[in-house]
Amino acid sequence: MNLASLLVGAVQLALVVLGGPLLLGLMRVVRSRLEGRVGPPVSQPWRDIAKLARKQRTRPSESSWIFAVAPLVLVATAATVAVLAPLVTLAPPLASSTDFIAVIFVLLVGSVALALAALDTATAFGGMGASRALTIGALVEPALLVAVLALSMPLHSTNLIAIVANGSRHASTLLGPSHLLALCSFIVVILAESGRLPVDNPSTHLELTMIYEALILEYSGPDLAAVTLGESMRLAIWLGLFVNLVAPVGIAATAHPLALVVGLVALTLKVVVVGIVVAIFEVTTAKLRLFRLPELLAGGFILAVLGVVTGAVMR
Amino acid sequence: MIVLALVAGLGVLATLTALVPRAVRVKLVAGLLGLVEIVGGATAIRVLATNHAIVGHTSSLVPFTGVRIDLTPLGALFTLTTAVVAIAATIHWVGYRRHAMSSVSLSSAFALFVTSLLLVPAAGDIVTFLVLWEVMALSSLVLVAHDHAKRDETRQAAWWYGAMTQGGAALITLGLVVLGGHAANPSFSAIAASASHLPAATRGAVFLVLLVGFGSKAGLVPAHVWLPRAHAEAPAPASALLSGAMVNLGIYGIVLARTLLGVGATWWWLVAGFFGVISALYGSLYAATSTDLKRLLAYSTSDNMGLVVIGLSASGLFAAHNAAASSLALIATLVLVTAHALYKSTLFLGAGSVQYATDERDLDRLGGLARTMPVTTAVIVVGALAVAALPPLNGFGAEWLVVQSLVHGLSGADPVTTVATAVFVAALALTGGLTIVAFVKAVGVGFLGRARSESAEHAREVPVSMRIAPAITAAACVALGVAPGLAITAISRASDAVAPNRSGLTATLSGFHLQALRSAVDPLALALGAVAAALVVAGLRRAGGPRTGAKLRVFEPWGSGRAVTSARMQYTATSFAEPLQRVFDDVLAPQHDLDVSHVLESRYYVERVAYASANDDIVERRLYRPVLALAAVLGVRARGLANGSVHRYLAYGFVVLVIALVVVS
Amino acid sequence: MNLRHSLQLRHVDAGSCNGCEIEIGSVFGPVYDAERIGARLVASPRHADALLVTGPVTHNMASPLERTYLAMPEPRLVIALGDCARDCGVFSGGYAVAGAVADVVPVDLEIPGCPPHPDEIVSALRRFTNR
Repeated sequence: MNLASLLVGAVQLALVVLGGPLLLGLMRVVRSRLEGRVGPPVSQPWRDIAKLARKQRTRPSESSWIFAVAPLVLVATAATVAVLAPLVTLAPPLASSTDFIAVIFVLLVGSVALALAALDTATAFGGMGASRALTIGALVEPALLVAVLALSMPLHSTNLIAIVANGSRHASTLLGPSHLLALCSFIVVILAESGRLPVDNPSTHLELTMIYEALILEYSGPDLAAVTLGESMRLAIWLGLFVNLVAPVGIAATAHPLALVVGLVALTLKVVVVGIVVAIFEVTTAKLRLFRLPELLAGGFILAVLGVVTGAVMR
Repeated sequence: MIVLALVAGLGVLATLTALVPRAVRVKLVAGLLGLVEIVGGATAIRVLATNHAIVGHTSSLVPFTGVRIDLTPLGALFTLTTAVVAIAATIHWVGYRRHAMSSVSLSSAFALFVTSLLLVPAAGDIVTFLVLWEVMALSSLVLVAHDHAKRDETRQAAWWYGAMTQGGAALITLGLVVLGGHAANPSFSAIAASASHLPAATRGAVFLVLLVGFGSKAGLVPAHVWLPRAHAEAPAPASALLSGAMVNLGIYGIVLARTLLGVGATWWWLVAGFFGVISALYGSLYAATSTDLKRLLAYSTSDNMGLVVIGLSASGLFAAHNAAASSLALIATLVLVTAHALYKSTLFLGAGSVQYATDERDLDRLGGLARTMPVTTAVIVVGALAVAALPPLNGFGAEWLVVQSLVHGLSGADPVTTVATAVFVAALALTGGLTIVAFVKAVGVGFLGRARSESAEHAREVPVSMRIAPAITAAACVALGVAPGLAITAISRASDAVAPNRSGLTATLSGFHLQALRSAVDPLALALGAVAAALVVAGLRRAGGPRTGAKLRVFEPWGSGRAVTSARMQYTATSFAEPLQRVFDDVLAPQHDLDVSHVLESRYYVERVAYASANDDIVERRLYRPVLALAAVLGVRARGLANGSVHRYLAYGFVVLVIALVVVS
Repeated sequence: MNLRHSLQLRHVDAGSCNGCEIEIGSVFGPVYDAERIGARLVASPRHADALLVTGPVTHNMASPLERTYLAMPEPRLVIALGDCARDCGVFSGGYAVAGAVADVVPVDLEIPGCPPHPDEIVSALRRFTNR
């Protein structure tokens, strides 16, 4: 780890922190336009966060330190991944130990913290949200890990940087059936992990249909600002990882400033495109019933298994 | 040799010390036991440090064969793990006295159990091994049955445990005796030398017999049924030893079978892997849907042992085509075994503290303990995050290594191994997800929110020794999590004893590095980064807030405008697991009973609705119950054979003799 | 108070005839689209800056209304929407009515009308969001 790579990490962190809420805002704008509305400005999530930061925190009388710590954990884990993951560049700090599984599990710590905090509020909604979110999380996991296995097959390494670098050097691996199948399953995983339609409706106000929103009903003020920021950073990270696995075009191979600028622009463009596609998909699809979700997630799992099998056969 | 004799002697002395008067009994026995554990642990550390086995033989003590000691680095790893768990359990025991754990029989059984656990891995021949194994089984049976006079569940647990453990021991004896019969002497080294000359079919059969025998000790499905009963009913220090030390010896046995028989055929490990996958999924699924804290932990033990056996199977499967992946899988397995011992004993000791403070094990009657029992809650949180394999705790490193070995094992694998590996990864992942559900439920429902019963509301933090004990193992979970390099040398020496390490695994103080795989992970850096980020966000949060007025206000939980005064508004453990139970309805087949009674005058008016749901163990219900019922029926029928007539009994003897003669000739 | 172009609303129906609810519905619909000025309905009073109350306050809803108000983080506002919320309107004196919104919680802004036109609601909200 040297100074240049730390600087690169800081750039990535700044991009994810600043860009995460903007990505959320962009997706809301796209949805509004397709629904025939003007919609909020793209910067609306940042305006909300800035306002929330100036409001009072409230704490339910039954809660403990877990409730207070969870928003910090959510943002901190997302920030750690933002620094380490190959988003803008292939040379972030600690590149040799940026492991795909470690990245997934670090993000998982944030989800678990939020679920525990929801149970800590002693409300029915919190428990409901935690139960549903974790059930989905448990069913997503096989698809996710087997997809990682399929993606790691060409190199026999789960090092995320190595996987992305391999894709950028040998474009032919990107079109291999194993890679494509794994990425299809990755799409299902991302929709579920970030609580987008058809898994969860991020803009619902009805408590009984909520999944991820129900987890955070008790947070207010700076806590809610942190949770909103953390969730949007996670969405940006998932989409950023996805686009770099699909098409690592423009990603900076070194920490050279010019390459970094190119990487920054390329990542932003790719994530914007994918964000718009996801938003369009969300408008045109209905939320699935909770007990229909296992079918969707099992579909993702099957795709990932097919990815592994074709990968083994093709070799 | 002498130090091990010292361990045995002190252990026996501690067992006998239980006869002293009650006032000083626990302190004396615990003190002596502490000595036993420290000497045992130090011996194991010496073996691991010098990489030299302690070998010895004395012809006295046991007739015909004598006692043979062979503490290899592999055995030393298990002894050391046991010693750490036992130290924590003994400290916890000192505080646990109030719960009738101070009687002569229980004190002596506890001392004997700890001593035998420490010594089993040091056994160097069949007879020594089986004797120690039986001492371990019987002394633990006494501990499981501690409350048999008062509780029917305890009696049931003791019956199940006794029957299963003796059945397992019979199979182990059979397997080892078959091997010993072909060897020059009954020592393990002689058996290992001669076993390769046996026909493949015999070796396969012996492997299967040993797998089932040791697998039942490790709690593999379907031989797991004793585990949720015994672990739940035993007093906490004993549960911690059962789950943190004794089940490990089942794994030790399977590894021992591999050292005795060699790697063997592919189908051996496919069978073992099948049982591993079933155990992992079944255990985690029942852990996720249990509402009894200690049953949940017990099922999670079954699940973890399943993962361990998956690792062992991967090691066996890869041995033919990829020695590096094979040895890595073995190391990963041993890392997982030690990690499991530490976090599961933390959890069992913590659960024991909760039971001590509240007299409750049912999650639906706990809650709110984070405020009344902060230390116990904190250690439980550490244990739960570790078992959920979340970084930076030791469970994460173990699971990461297992996945790495599977990823690596795919290179050069044949189609069968490829598919098996994909199944292993999927099982690992689904198990991981279900384990997170189980432990978020255990912590969230059992310790957070509002107290769900009187006793939970008035809970007081437990005595100091009971707070220290799980804190020791929890601290070890954190230490080995952020600095996995602390233990990896010892563990790779232990695995070298079975298969030489070709994985290229190195560990710095802060992480694992696999040069050949270009994979590495650095839990310490992740933890430091996350903590730094959390501190920054905490600072920002502190700086935020309104300019005037209070920055933090405490108000009743939001109940949609209602005053939430009842703890019953919260989600229960049952409702928390309901979606999963519905998803896995076909597997779990939970039993529901809905009884609606109408008023006499009109069936449109309901007088009473009774709803009951039970989620008992389906293997027990569908597999064991019918067999037991059949045995009971046959037993009743067999009574007809014994009608009291002496002539008839003589005739039986004659018929059997004739049959025997015909068979022999 | 400067809400910096962001106004989260928690809506409480304290006993309304649902006329005002229909208008609120169209405030957030495609024609009037209050989201474009930064206003949004939220699911929890913890997330809200302002309480949007409709209808006269019935006896049954008086306590929930007060709890909702207390559950909100400070600084917080109350908007009484419609004539019933201001002075009980046609329900004035009804046996189920406890009083106007101002009798239960402190009101910061009143929007008259029975029901108020969506335009009027949006322009009232704009006074907070400065857009």
